[in-house]
Amino acid sequence: MFWEQLLNGLTLGSTYALIALGYTMVYGIIQLINFAHGEIYMFGAFVGLVLVTVFGLNIIVALVGAMIFCMFLGMLIERIAYRPLRGKSSRLSALISAIGVSIFLSTLMVLIRGPNTTRYPEIIKITTYNIGSISISSLQIIILALATLLMVGLQVMIKKTRVGMAMRACSQDLEASYLMGINVNRVISFTFAVGSALAAAGGVMVGVYYNAVWPYMGLMAGLKAFAAAVLGGIGSIPGAMVGGLTLGVLEIFGVAYLSSSYKDAIAFAILILVLIIRPQGIFGQKKIKKV
Amino acid sequence: MEGFLLQFIDAYYLRILVIIGINIILALGLNLITGVTGQLSMGHAGFMSIGAYTAAILTLQFGLSFGIALLGGAVMAGLFGFLIGIPTLRLEGDYLAMVTIGFGEIIRVFFLNFELGGKATGLYGMTKYTTFTTVWILVIIIVLLNAKLLKSRHGRALYAIRENEIAAEAAGVNTTLMKVLAFTIGAFLAGLAGGLYAHYMGYIAPKDFAFMKSIEILNMVVLGGMGSIPGSILGAFILTIAPEMLRIVDEYRLLFYGALLVILMIFRPNGLLGNVRIYDLKKRFRKKEV
Repeated sequence: MFWEQLLNGLTLGSTYALIALGYTMVYGIIQLINFAHGEIYMFGAFVGLVLVTVFGLNIIVALVGAMIFCMFLGMLIERIAYRPLRGKSSRLSALISAIGVSIFLSTLMVLIRGPNTTRYPEIIKITTYNIGSISISSLQIIILALATLLMVGLQVMIKKTRVGMAMRACSQDLEASYLMGINVNRVISFTFAVGSALAAAGGVMVGVYYNAVWPYMGLMAGLKAFAAAVLGGIGSIPGAMVGGLTLGVLEIFGVAYLSSSYKDAIAFAILILVLIIRPQGIFGQKKIKKV
Repeated sequence: MEGFLLQFIDAYYLRILVIIGINIILALGLNLITGVTGQLSMGHAGFMSIGAYTAAILTLQFGLSFGIALLGGAVMAGLFGFLIGIPTLRLEGDYLAMVTIGFGEIIRVFFLNFELGGKATGLYGMTKYTTFTTVWILVIIIVLLNAKLLKSRHGRALYAIRENEIAAEAAGVNTTLMKVLAFTIGAFLAGLAGGLYAHYMGYIAPKDFAFMKSIEILNMVVLGGMGSIPGSILGAFILTIAPEMLRIVDEYRLLFYGALLVILMIFRPNGLLGNVRIYDLKKRFRKKEV
């Protein structure tokens, strides 16, 4: 029972982590809580669905398709709704703009597909393996493997490539990076693209795993992922991964051992407790205030 | 008063005016926390729901009078504001935002499972005590008191915390006390608005106080102009009327609402009346006289 729940928690947590990465990367560079991020995840899930059902594509191809679509969606949103505000307004105005985009996108999807839940077709034949007393489905293995692959890929990109180095520079000091000749706007745009692609991957995985997508799925998932990012220490990439996994596991355990009617409250209660004990999150660095 | 007003305007417009009044109280409360003191709070609907449920239970179950129930709801919400204010001593910026979001969600889930509050169905059958007159008299009192507070020593201390907390502390402002004070007053006002809302609609349910309600209130404060009383009032006006006006576009309503937020922020990044204070307006007015 315990190990099975742990596995369920890790599966859920890895999708939270994928969404949380987008939050944390964007936050690390421009200190914006990108509230539209949950909606990008929702769009990813729907695009994946359409590619599978209407175009009859293979699920992996559909996953890649959804990621590419959301990359452009993320870049477009940044260009239209955030860039005009950058530098000349308080961070809160950009936040409100993000909320506007979020409302716009979820309503758009309601207009296109209606407000109801659509079921994902059974794409992957699910076989269940039994290892000792633990049963694990092939779907869980695929999700965990894919999520791990994406996260390792992201780490390599950030640590080893030129653009990754530019991203790290920008997150340290945007202005200094600009003075060093980094095309800051392009780096920000790239960050949105990568974050959105990861969220889309999470969306397709959740759609397949829970067998359902609906236009308002982004709101709660976005909030939980933001919670995961904050839990890990916002701005920190390993933090988002650990935070997502922790939150997923704790939520599943909370439902299994405490009460299912308090499902959504458990994650937030834990988060508040952690933040009261450790205000900068698990991996966050304590900022020293200087005068 | 109602009958008198109804001779001139439609019942529908009267209803919108009452809702605007309630929203102004909500926006002024959040303005004190987020606009003036600069502490981003995204769970204001949680305080509102505490006030609404407390007041409704007090009139329904205990048969108390409306005034006492309203006060009871506001005090209860204020108490929670005080409790939430304490962790803000340690948390900053977006960590605080997350805690307040979490608080709002926990309260909502609590009411979803709250026996006395009718669980997911909520409470209904409250006598509709709230009238145009009660709401707008309260709005006027609150605006006046709020303006007086912001003009006072304490009000300036709150603005100072927003501008630079360390400098404020160095200048002798008890930042801890002032932040908790802002949270408590803001929550008290939200609780008051909640009690008014419950006894205007006649029914309340947990979904009325979901995350999007908190966001709606935050929109009013930021759109109107952070830290400005006229701004909050204008924000509450516009964002209450806009969805009604957009009824002509029917199902595209929220689509336009979302786009409107983005466009307004691009063209007025500091809000419509950013940094305009009643006190400044008065000064400008006086200058003209001379």
